[in-house]
Amino acid sequence: MYVAVKGGERAIDAAHDWLAEERRGDLSVAELSVAQIREQLSLAVNRVMAEGSLYDPDLAALAIKQARGDLIEAVFLIRAYRTTLPRFGPSRPVETEDMVCDRRVSATFKDAPGGQVLGPTFDYTHRLLDFKLAADGAVPEGDEERAEASAEAMPHIMDFLAREGLVQREEVSGQMPPDLTRTPLELPAERALRLQSLARGDEGFLLGLAYSTQRGYARSHAFVAELRVGKVAVEMDIPELGFAIEIGEVELTECETVNQFQGSKTEPPQFTRGYGLVFGMSERKAISMALVDRALRWKELGEDNVGAPAQDEEFVLYHADNIQASGFLEHIKLPHYVDFQSELELIRKLRREASEEEPPA
Amino acid sequence: MSDPAPHTDRQTWMSLLAKTRPEALAAVWGALDLTPEHALLRGPEIGTVMVQGRAGAVGDGFNLGEMTITRCSVQLGCGTVGHAYVQGRDKDKALQAALVDGLMQTDAAPEVRRVVLQPLAEQAEQRRSKRAAKTAATKVEFFTLMRGED
Repeated sequence: MYVAVKGGERAIDAAHDWLAEERRGDLSVAELSVAQIREQLSLAVNRVMAEGSLYDPDLAALAIKQARGDLIEAVFLIRAYRTTLPRFGPSRPVETEDMVCDRRVSATFKDAPGGQVLGPTFDYTHRLLDFKLAADGAVPEGDEERAEASAEAMPHIMDFLAREGLVQREEVSGQMPPDLTRTPLELPAERALRLQSLARGDEGFLLGLAYSTQRGYARSHAFVAELRVGKVAVEMDIPELGFAIEIGEVELTECETVNQFQGSKTEPPQFTRGYGLVFGMSERKAISMALVDRALRWKELGEDNVGAPAQDEEFVLYHADNIQASGFLEHIKLPHYVDFQSELELIRKLRREASEEEPPA
Repeated sequence: MSDPAPHTDRQTWMSLLAKTRPEALAAVWGALDLTPEHALLRGPEIGTVMVQGRAGAVGDGFNLGEMTITRCSVQLGCGTVGHAYVQGRDKDKALQAALVDGLMQTDAAPEVRRVVLQPLAEQAEQRRSKRAAKTAATKVEFFTLMRGED
């Protein structure tokens, strides 16, 4: 147990001064601006927005600067700031069908209506260090002037399977979803609550769990039916106006997986789906989320619980939040003197008793 | 499914103002060179809106995460009320957007449309088409290879 301590103010002030100095680094090297972080470390910014659960690239960039690049510390700063803001209300659910896609690929249909566009991807790069970047940051000439922009719509690929009845249908009840930032997480959690928890969960944790399902712990043989990245308008009903307007737009990554399903007592054999939706360009997280979402759905799909970690919603949802986790983990480095003192007394007493019981040699 | 996207004139300009970058709005607002008499009814105040997604893209809503929003309401000297809900945390942007919304309901509308809204809409369209061209350049045609066994 942590017991409050007093004193140490001078040392703490000096430590924080030194922290500021270390953050700045060598003064002969130019200082990073928040705008440079926002523009040039955008995937770090995206991760901080997703796990901080607040879409604001400038704030996320500031948090990364303040945290010296420690992204979980930056997420902590964003979560703390968020609590100081009033909430004006909920948006309407975003329609990802209308996304202006920078990237859209399918691993299931090569001739997807609307076409496949790679967008700015690391895929198919050779993962060789590019020493040219150390020398200068020149940008290659794009050939976009020659490319004819297509006006073709990009419908969700899953819709084609849904129309044939080959994939499980999604329910639309129109109910307001539960919000774990307002009401503590309680189990069993409905899917909306699980998705919220996964969307703000730690990328590394979800990646590990998703990988475990691929390796056989609750295997569901996922295909990426569609992965899309792009901007989506956010609409909100404005009470004083009596109509909805777009209040902004956010970049999102969406992953829909199509998974094998043998059928159950109530359902004929059909494909099932896993779903991932994440702020920013964050494919690894979106795919991981979809796989874990699918694994957690075993009960509603009438599947067996094989005891795999990714099927255990208590295990997954209570350990996915890196701020909760690091808060509890890191508190053990703070003074626990009184607590430990009692442990020390106890172990000395037990040793004394043990040696008294030992028969004389 | 929700109603189709907003498209009365007022919804269109409010949506445009919400998505505009603060510097861009400040520039065209400056070009308008109007200092309309007004009283602040609310704000500008910074807050958040909880963005919802849909389970499986088409199903029930779930809470994805919040975004920052600044809102502002003004009353012009003539009594007209203007509202703004804009993305981000820029109070000047929210105030300018509310004034534009108010002015668009007055006789000044044609001038405001010409100097403020049209340039912003053109900039947005340019950004969109430039990005669409970049996207199109990465369009890929995959084809499967016949296996050689038979």
